[in-house]
Amino acid sequence: MSLTVSRQPTGAISRRRALLIPSENFVAGALVVLLSAFLLISIALPLYALLSKSFLNRQGEFVGLENYAAYFANPILVDSLFNSLFIAALSTAIVIPLAFTYAYALTRTCMPAKPLFYALALLPLFAPSLMSALSLVYIFGNQGFLRGLLFGNTIYGPIGITIAQVTYTFPHAVLILVTALGLSDGRLYEVANALGTPKTRIFRTVTLPGAQYGLISASFVVFTLVITDFGIPKVIGGQYNVLATDVYRAVVGQQNFERGAVVGMILLVPAVLAFAVDRLVNRRQVALLSARAVPYQPAPNTARDMGFVAYCLVVAFLVAAALGVAVWASFITYWPWNLSFTTANYNFPRFEPAGWNPYFTSVKMAALASIIGTVVIFTGAYVIEKTKAFPMARGFAHFLAMLPVAVPGLVLGLGYVFFFNAPWNPLNIFYATLTILVVNTITHFFTVSHITALTALKQIDREFESVSASLKVPFWNTFRRVTVPICLPAILDIAVYLFINAMTTVSAVIFLYGAHTKLASISIVHMDEAGFIAAAAAMATLIVATSIGVKALHIVLDRYVLARFQFWRRK
Amino acid sequence: MTADKTTPPSDQAYLRIEDLTKRFGQFTALDRISLDINQGEFVCFLGPSGCGKTTLLRAIAGLDIQDEGRISMDGRDVSFSPPAARDFGIVFQSYALFPNLTVADNVSYGLVNQRWSRQNIRDRVAELLELVGLPEQGDKYPVQLSGGQQQRVALARALATSPGLLLLDEPLSALDARVRLRLREQIRELQRRLGVTTVMVTHDQEEALTMADRIVVMNHGVIEQVGTPADVYANPATAFVADFVGTMSFFEGKLAAPGQLTLAGINLACADDRGLTPGSRVTVGLRPEEVRVRNLDPDQPNTMQVRVDDLEYLGAFCRARLVTETGGAVILADFSANLMRDMAVSLNQTLTVSLPPESLHVFATPIEDLASEEAA
Ligand SMILES: Nc1ncnc2c1ncn2[C@@H]1O[C@H](COP(=O)(O)OP(=O)(O)O)[C@@H](O)[C@H]1O
Ligand SMILES: [Mg+2]
Repeated sequence: MSLTVSRQPTGAISRRRALLIPSENFVAGALVVLLSAFLLISIALPLYALLSKSFLNRQGEFVGLENYAAYFANPILVDSLFNSLFIAALSTAIVIPLAFTYAYALTRTCMPAKPLFYALALLPLFAPSLMSALSLVYIFGNQGFLRGLLFGNTIYGPIGITIAQVTYTFPHAVLILVTALGLSDGRLYEVANALGTPKTRIFRTVTLPGAQYGLISASFVVFTLVITDFGIPKVIGGQYNVLATDVYRAVVGQQNFERGAVVGMILLVPAVLAFAVDRLVNRRQVALLSARAVPYQPAPNTARDMGFVAYCLVVAFLVAAALGVAVWASFITYWPWNLSFTTANYNFPRFEPAGWNPYFTSVKMAALASIIGTVVIFTGAYVIEKTKAFPMARGFAHFLAMLPVAVPGLVLGLGYVFFFNAPWNPLNIFYATLTILVVNTITHFFTVSHITALTALKQIDREFESVSASLKVPFWNTFRRVTVPICLPAILDIAVYLFINAMTTVSAVIFLYGAHTKLASISIVHMDEAGFIAAAAAMATLIVATSIGVKALHIVLDRYVLARFQFWRRK
Repeated sequence: MTADKTTPPSDQAYLRIEDLTKRFGQFTALDRISLDINQGEFVCFLGPSGCGKTTLLRAIAGLDIQDEGRISMDGRDVSFSPPAARDFGIVFQSYALFPNLTVADNVSYGLVNQRWSRQNIRDRVAELLELVGLPEQGDKYPVQLSGGQQQRVALARALATSPGLLLLDEPLSALDARVRLRLREQIRELQRRLGVTTVMVTHDQEEALTMADRIVVMNHGVIEQVGTPADVYANPATAFVADFVGTMSFFEGKLAAPGQLTLAGINLACADDRGLTPGSRVTVGLRPEEVRVRNLDPDQPNTMQVRVDDLEYLGAFCRARLVTETGGAVILADFSANLMRDMAVSLNQTLTVSLPPESLHVFATPIEDLASEEAA
């Protein structure tokens, strides 16, 4: 055995390597600094601008709590606060039991067609929140075919807002509760059954406690989504004022930025609370499930399973109807008198000066946010998780990356107005451009994507970077050759998540668009305001179709194309 | 070949570690470690889990830089050099094979970067796979290999660039007992053949005893003893080493006079009292296999009457729990199957045993401290 070939003359190479050595740390450090700078500008400073604005008067002088005092002295505005709290509490109280039962059916029964039911429950995720409000207008509005069911009450107000919010938040609650109920220990049920425990008692002593953290977390998430949602009350709120519409009116209508800042700060409270609770609960939830736990396997029970099928059919039908009616109505000539098919409502230039442009702008914005966002977020998560340079800076970047989830879109949008529109800020050249919409959207949905990336990265062997270092291969080579290929499924998830949210979001961007950068979701608001409800429904239909199309493409890509490149996972 | 087994290690230390300290917050993981490792040597870091073995290995690799102290390799100070500026290959417990690359691509991972020609790389990969006993497996993916095969691929990858130092962190602990035994031999054989200076971390004393040229026994971030396997086994420097390497029963005793012990009211002679002051309290250790029963001369020192209190059958031998007639001290003794048959040892039987003076290990640590150490 000879190993003489092993040593090549490496003098020149090692000298080149010597030049490379500091640059590896330098590159990692530079990336951390870039990421931190991005997050500083895109989340921290706008938030700070909002915070400080709420303590300044119109002339920019510090006035302490004066703006807050003025707010609470105005009975109409305080009414909005109570209205918002009422609607949020009511919607939460309705949606949580609904979603829990649905999630229970998906996880704890042998009901047929579970994937289909799951998909149906998630449908509203692909639409702007206000789409269900548009459907409600058709169903229960002044010309609605079921308005008799309201017994003379109007759909424009708390009733309409609540029903639409329930539809909009339902998938969010189902997602959380399916996860919570899925994380159960089958052994506990075996023991309880072996002891002859009655079913109701098992439910009370095993199932509910196991899911309690999921229930808490879902409640807070739903409450926050409702209280900060802008699209639904805008479309169907009528004379009923809530915080979100107050902000819009104060800032866009009255140019009263101080009041807008105060309401923004108030909206931040439930969101920050929800974030804190979620963090706390998450930690407990994981601790609840020991490594030895065996997943619960439901046993078939025809009566129970059929009961749940019936329940899920009804709920899924209602959810589908809440979107479907708007789709249907978008193809109808003149509701409710002429129900013949038409595509006239898609002739947008008739209803809105920008015509079809908002749709194309939206697709372009979503594609850019998706591509740039995925690169920034995944690379950022990699640098935070896998490199060693600047531990303090990496910790700081991670902290900033976790912030956006606690900031409602409306509040983030306000922060952007105050920060990027400030005359002193050289970055104000970006105001109302596509750039700011893309940056805002990436930031708005940063945290969830960041966590997805971190989770995928944490599953990779911690020593890959160490091995590369020992083989004198710089980390970016390993990133390209190993990390990215392994994480491709997660990377696609992030890209699709960003795309769909960029298509459907209204709240943050409503303050930021310009004449040439109006988005489809904003165009819906405008057409609805102008009374062109059918055209608004048509635009909403386009958004849903695009989102679902992208999701379908994702599934196909994931199943059939990616699978080909993942042969190394197979034994 | 750079060295073969007849070449004695040179005097000049290949790897020199001086006063190395590493802290994690308040916790001191390594406390002023100093160690020299010679060219071509196979050294094992042995110690219980959490004693700092991996931390020391990673400091040597430059993966986690120490807080204080120096490291030099081949005469070059590398104390603060990044890993890429040091000359080593490393194998982790998890193997850390890149799952999306073929075996050949894994092995050549470091070569590609050094701009070897394609043909050279192919030859080198074939040579290395041959070396670790996996010829013709280059096109497979890691997931298609068994644990032992993956381990050998990791070894080939670490050796590909012909590093001066090979670092192995518990390379065998994730494998089945049988595979582990075979790989022990293979790794050792390979190391001898290549003559590459090797440091292996393990918590398995048997692994260290069978593989190492020298063992570094560690505990709580300090080195307790450095020596050849025979040395560490036969002359444990501390009670911790005695306890950790092999089995030992411990007694509370007193040094009555130089070379004279009293324990449980029995007077015993010992060969080495470590020069402790007579009268001091000591802990006395005895390995079970040192207890003599057969062919005892009448004037044999340290003989006594014991009762067989318990017998534990362990296959090739029996571990007996003996209780001394005087004092009631408990002694563990290993009796071979042969002896059990010849002497018809049975429960509650009374035996005469002898504890040879050179088998009594005297330690200054009081026995209570030893017990609390174990509980911790
Ligand atoms: N990154 C770290 N942060 C904090 N403590 C650590 C870290 N790495 C190791 N330790 C601690 O240092 C001690 C030694 O760890 P290690 O060297 O991994 O032990 P082992 O001998 O089992 O390889 C352990 O108590 C461990 O908890
Ligand atoms: Mg270790």
